[in-house]
Amino acid sequence: MIFLSNSLTSPGIGVVIWAVLIFGIFFLVLAKFGWKPILSAVKARDEMIKGSLASAAKAREEMQKLQSDNEAILRKAREEREVILKEAREVRDKLIAEAKGKATEEAEKIVEKAKAGIEKEKSKALSEIHDQVTTLAIDIASKLLGEKLSKTEEQEKLISKYLKDIDLN
Amino acid sequence: MKTGIIKRILIFLLLTALYVPGFGQEDHGAAAPTEGKESRKEFNASEFILDHVTDSHEWHILTTTKGKSVAIYLPVILYSKEKGLDLFSSRKLAHGHVYKGYKIEEEGDLKGKIVNIDETGKIAEGRRPLDFSITKTVLAMLCAAIIGLWIVLSLARSYKKTGISHPKGIQSFLEPVVLFIRDDVAIPNIGEHKYEKYMPYLLSVFFFILLNNIMGLIPFPPPFGGNVTGNVGITFVLALCTFLITQFSGNKAYWKHVFAAPGVPVWLLPIMIPVELIGLISKPFALMIRLFANITAGHIIVLSLICLIFIFNTVWVAPVSILFVVFMDCIELLVAFLQAYIFTLLSSLFIGMATAEEHH
Repeated sequence: MIFLSNSLTSPGIGVVIWAVLIFGIFFLVLAKFGWKPILSAVKARDEMIKGSLASAAKAREEMQKLQSDNEAILRKAREEREVILKEAREVRDKLIAEAKGKATEEAEKIVEKAKAGIEKEKSKALSEIHDQVTTLAIDIASKLLGEKLSKTEEQEKLISKYLKDIDLN
Repeated sequence: MKTGIIKRILIFLLLTALYVPGFGQEDHGAAAPTEGKESRKEFNASEFILDHVTDSHEWHILTTTKGKSVAIYLPVILYSKEKGLDLFSSRKLAHGHVYKGYKIEEEGDLKGKIVNIDETGKIAEGRRPLDFSITKTVLAMLCAAIIGLWIVLSLARSYKKTGISHPKGIQSFLEPVVLFIRDDVAIPNIGEHKYEKYMPYLLSVFFFILLNNIMGLIPFPPPFGGNVTGNVGITFVLALCTFLITQFSGNKAYWKHVFAAPGVPVWLLPIMIPVELIGLISKPFALMIRLFANITAGHIIVLSLICLIFIFNTVWVAPVSILFVVFMDCIELLVAFLQAYIFTLLSSLFIGMATAEEHH
């Protein structure tokens, strides 16, 4: 049985001592100068990656939030515009209607006034014409009749009466 | 004679792949021919394999056809109460030579160990000297540790340079492994809050085992091809580290579970406490045996396949052997990673069990 041979399964004390010494030094040196910087560098990198990922996610979230905010603001603005436009339209319509009413009224008034003025001027003109015609008639009559007809008051009254009868109207 | 030459050439090709002349060469004169004859007569596969997977005071590279042994002779450090501390090259003890009353035993239970020799040339009674020699295993482990230190420290340096930017060069090879140990071994087993304290140990043990496993698979040159993680002494030390860390990080709930398992009647405790205590030991013991057995088994299979050539004593087996060895080496490469992973995983599992909060 070579597998149970003494030399294979019973190591010397020397090997054990050397193994303790060599592995001990190997472990201590590496623990201090090897694994420590390596593990801390790897950890720092991991943390940086984790941190960057987290901040990227946060930024994305914020951007999304901003975007949705923007959209909401836009929507609100659009709604407001609609409202304002509607109001403006209403106001405009009202104003136009009002103006129209006022203008019509005014125009009617003006027309009426004008009519009244015209009527007044007409009657004034007519009476003037009446007077002038009277004088003219007298003049012409007196010229025609010559001195026959003296300017008596009786005759003037008579002419006026006749003229009234043949009213120009 | 011809087959003998071919055999030598094959040993030469398969086990070493490269010849380094003049390195620790030694002529053993009269001993050589008999040794050559013996090996031609009978090839002892189990002895051959065992010599390769066990520890040795010299790093044997090859034996030439003339019986010259090419090897790296490693320093022997001995301590005994009577003779004090001794330091000399293992060349002095090679091939059964006696030096300063010491000898490497060549037969029996103590094969490969250094023993005291008395005046009559017999093995002295009493205690053997304490052997702190830099053996093949120690040298291979030392080189693996130095290579590992160099790799990891240069990795750490490159992190200082690149800071927190993306991994470059060596980082892109090793960082996934480090992250794997962290994210798939330490955090799931120990927990998000406590794992950091144990990361240096888990990473160290993983890379130490992995590096030794891989270096053991590469057959040549030294310090490659040793059997470090297939040495039960080394797996014992590693398992002991896990055991001690587990016990020292054990919290109240863990010890309560050992000495007064919740839900167990008091009269059962005298039975349960020893069972729990055995459980404490058996976990790291399993770690030790698993790593040792897996790696040693791999080496034995590869060597057995190579031995087929010498057992059948024909060169025509070589292609088949080589094919199978390449196949086995691929599997062993997987095993090298797998065993390092399993050791680390189970270590973190045990630590996690000892530090877990009470759920009952």
